[in-house]
Amino acid sequence: MKTDTLIANTKVALPDFDKLLDALGAWVLAIVWISPLLFAAWAALQPSGTALGLDFSNPLTFENFTYVWGAVPWSGYFANTVILVTLILAGQLVLCTLAGFAFARFEFKGRDTVFILVLLQLFILPEVLIVENYAIVSKLGLFDTALGIGLPYMASAFGIFLLRQAFKSVPVELEEAARIEGCSWMGVLWKVYVPAAKPVYMAYALVSIATHWNNFLWPLIVTNSPETRPLTVGLSLFGAPETGVDISVISAATIMTIAPLLMAFLIFQRQFIQAFLRAGIR
Amino acid sequence: MNEMARLQKRRLAVYGWMLSAPALALMSLFAFYPAIATFWHSLFSRGTSRRPSVFAGFENYGDLFADPTFWTVATNNLIYAGVTIPVSIIFALVMALWANAHIPARSFVRSAYFTPTILPMIAAANLWLFFYTPDLGVIDQITGFFGASPTNWLGQPETALASVIIVTIWKEAGFFMIFYLAALQTIPPDLREAARIEGAGRWTYTRRVLLPLLMPTTIFVFVNAMINSVKLIDHLFILTKGGPNNASKLILYWIWEMAFAYFDSPHAAAMTILVLLALGLVAVAQFRLVEKRTHYR
Repeated sequence: MKTDTLIANTKVALPDFDKLLDALGAWVLAIVWISPLLFAAWAALQPSGTALGLDFSNPLTFENFTYVWGAVPWSGYFANTVILVTLILAGQLVLCTLAGFAFARFEFKGRDTVFILVLLQLFILPEVLIVENYAIVSKLGLFDTALGIGLPYMASAFGIFLLRQAFKSVPVELEEAARIEGCSWMGVLWKVYVPAAKPVYMAYALVSIATHWNNFLWPLIVTNSPETRPLTVGLSLFGAPETGVDISVISAATIMTIAPLLMAFLIFQRQFIQAFLRAGIR
Repeated sequence: MNEMARLQKRRLAVYGWMLSAPALALMSLFAFYPAIATFWHSLFSRGTSRRPSVFAGFENYGDLFADPTFWTVATNNLIYAGVTIPVSIIFALVMALWANAHIPARSFVRSAYFTPTILPMIAAANLWLFFYTPDLGVIDQITGFFGASPTNWLGQPETALASVIIVTIWKEAGFFMIFYLAALQTIPPDLREAARIEGAGRWTYTRRVLLPLLMPTTIFVFVNAMINSVKLIDHLFILTKGGPNNASKLILYWIWEMAFAYFDSPHAAAMTILVLLALGLVAVAQFRLVEKRTHYR
């Protein structure tokens, strides 16, 4: 009892208005920021056609979800997205590790020029080159395949750059010690450099997964069958106004598209943000 | 001995090339070659089954400049970039300061800011559709509560672009916040103490100490935001399709439309080259800035 009043008194003794205002502002902005998502989650649980009435007394229902699941090959879209994201990430990790290692630890003629070319690719957006890339993918016979969607993104300049920076910050003594032990170059890379760059790999993987899970324009162009279509393209076709579906149904479809990433993010939220902070992408 | 050293050096060079070759090959196939090919194709006329395409020089570029849509779209994109870049950077900074302060429920605040980042733009656009629906949408219900008449936010030229811009800011700010958050955590807390002892207020501290220290981050975020202002158009497919009357059309959407809806790839190619030139200027400016600050070394 006594301690309670004591705590209460100390609180009164420090009327920190700045802090209070900060907290208030932060919360208001936070609520505004997630309100579209909250609204969609609520609308998806409303009986079809009633969500915009904002009637909070309606019973919640899952029928929108079952309807969406039955109306389009959703599990197929889902599998396509998972395959696509895995394929791209695997390709990126291998290619960027090798190239990043080359740029960080090997001296060869023309290395700096080539590296500047790599950096330049950061600005040659695959999104802008859609017309020509479409022609190339078609010529390679990869139109409407997961590889066709993924291949243009695998040699990621961003990944090469990040890993080169990470490898450069590894002390050379570690490498020399491993070399004396009789490690090959590949052994050094695998046993010394890759483990040292773990936080960078984490952060990069997260960015890559989120980017390609969400990518839309390029998959839209390169796919034309439900067998290869990822979730985003499926969702955009589903939500087209011509089909005349209502907001509860679109909400359900939207929630189903974002749920896996969203859940992963909410569960691994701390690690997710920490990975960014630790990798020092800034 | 000398011979051995030379051999060793050559071996390292071969290794270096071998390791970077796969990435370089793919990069050439999907970035460098298509960039050059796009330029080459932009110099030819559009071929039909009767008339094959012929070399036309810079005619396609002339056509673009003569097309009023080009100027509308370019202006739209400039407005889009001019508003989204500074506003999302300011939001990102404010969010980072709050997400870094000691406030209750901080992790909720952090994830609330960051969550839009992990949503597909297509899904984000769907969520915003309910807000923008005339009369029945959330925004109109709120403004209607205060007696305002319903507005067709996406369907009228005056508000379509602004509506698209708001969605972009909502989507981007949380992502940029992360970079500021990372930078803020490297700033030693004694700086704030020192400033307080010196009698500097909060605003002075922010302006004189914090903002200069965050400058490299701001440059990084700024360049990313600039690239994104060309790249982020997915919401147009859901929200406005560039309309009404081109009022919300952005360059990349226009390129897509020319190439894949009207099958006019020469003009799409010419437009692509103009975008690449603009991005090239950004790249050169970026490298200059980095060289000056040697921030990445």
